[in-house]
Amino acid sequence: MSDDDVQDAGFDEWLDAAEEGKAYCLECPEGHASLPPRRVCPDCGATDLEETVLPDSGEIETFTVTHVPTPAFEEDAPYATAVAAFGPVRLTGQVVGADLETVETGLEVELEITVSETTGERVLGFSPA
Amino acid sequence: MSDVRVAGSGLTAFGHSPERTSRDLFAEATVTAFEESGVPRGDVDALLYGNFMGELSEHQGHHGPLMAEAAGIQAPATRYESACASSGAAVRDAVFRIRNGEDDVVLVGGAERMTNLGTAGATEALAIAADDLWEVRAGMTFPGAYALMAQAYFDEYGGEHEDLAHVAMKNHENALTNEKAQYQSAIEIEDVLEAPPVSEPLGLYDSCPISDGAAATVLVSEEYAEEHDLDAPVSISGTGQGGDRMALHDREYLARSPAAREAGEEAYTDAGIDAADVDVAEVHDCFTIAEVLAIEALDLEPIGEGISAARDERTTADGETPINLSGGLKAKGHPVGATGVSQIAELADLLAGDHPNSEFVDDATTGVAHNAGGTVASATVHVLEVSDR
Ligand SMILES: [Zn+2]
Repeated sequence: MSDDDVQDAGFDEWLDAAEEGKAYCLECPEGHASLPPRRVCPDCGATDLEETVLPDSGEIETFTVTHVPTPAFEEDAPYATAVAAFGPVRLTGQVVGADLETVETGLEVELEITVSETTGERVLGFSPA
Repeated sequence: MSDVRVAGSGLTAFGHSPERTSRDLFAEATVTAFEESGVPRGDVDALLYGNFMGELSEHQGHHGPLMAEAAGIQAPATRYESACASSGAAVRDAVFRIRNGEDDVVLVGGAERMTNLGTAGATEALAIAADDLWEVRAGMTFPGAYALMAQAYFDEYGGEHEDLAHVAMKNHENALTNEKAQYQSAIEIEDVLEAPPVSEPLGLYDSCPISDGAAATVLVSEEYAEEHDLDAPVSISGTGQGGDRMALHDREYLARSPAAREAGEEAYTDAGIDAADVDVAEVHDCFTIAEVLAIEALDLEPIGEGISAARDERTTADGETPINLSGGLKAKGHPVGATGVSQIAELADLLAGDHPNSEFVDDATTGVAHNAGGTVASATVHVLEVSDR
């Protein structure tokens, strides 16, 4: 992990946008979607990428409840991690605001930028829609 | 194009030796490899060495020359890093060097020191094989990533934790006679199902252990083997490598490993075989679900059916195509950078009749080694064939 004061350009701006309900992906003219920081479409190599706002809600495609975390999530465990589809992209996030037993495939969720209970760092999260 | 022969290998015991440096582990493996091969150290043209987390566990970069020194060779040396497929990638380049005539003798190997980090530290170190920004910072661990794949597999094709438990039980059973294995103890289905959860649905017994260890193999050209009258009946006849998007969520499939399929198809074509010719395989079972995904990717099982292979005894020692007769990563252990070369070493011994489990594959002529990095964003596959039986 890098110095706390130094941001990760592209990624931290994305978290800022998500906090304001304006999360986005980058789309090439062929319609391939990807996540920043990104200069080149990973699917076709196109370099004219445009920001496309993501839909407000997404759907969980798979999930897990983690009991043995990395040190950065020591105080957070056990917690649920899910992969959810938001329009043209999928995201990996921590499921918050839901009992762990209620997390399931197909659950509709919204983006919620939360913080790690362990480090206070921002964490990409999902909450039930 | 020269045929590539396995002249001899050495493995340290895999397990818990937190105080041992990777240079010491690797030196031990090379001493055995040189003894077994009968190749003099002075004939080595290059060292290709796999390691993943040396910066984190030993505060050490630039492993190439350090490991050449440890092995007692004066030859150019390069480190390969491809997460858990690091030494599989090294083997592939060693094959190319010998085939194209650049080198006659290549020492290929790898080592990892992990247990000195403790469980939390090793979990953190393993997680760097995933996308730091988009996966690790959301709390995804390495077991967590495979748990996401396991859940996706259950949802898409069916199956349950008990099916995975049969993979663990099989691989522990296979390791009983492997003196290098970290676990030489039998386990029951209940042990797996009742073990503490790591990342649900995966528990402690679905996961390979955290291991220290090293592996080394001396590869030579067929001409060198003949000139020096070496006993080297096993050749590496096929090599393949596949790649995929780094993050699991960016892949087309959450419950398949296309990179391993690509690597397998390339290796089979290179060797002039197809999946039906494979008699035995060592696959990268860092988690029980990983073995299921691997045998499907290698076309040893149809998509969606690999889940029942261990339970229905198709992949047990007595089965049609025994998988992980060494015990696999699950029971033998997974010192990350050593794993790819250790698979080659075990498979060559199995085919040559020099392995404690060779009795289960006494008619086998063709074996496959599958080494995977991260959540299979990297994969290498090698085909080994024994010539004179
Ligand atoms: Zn594109």
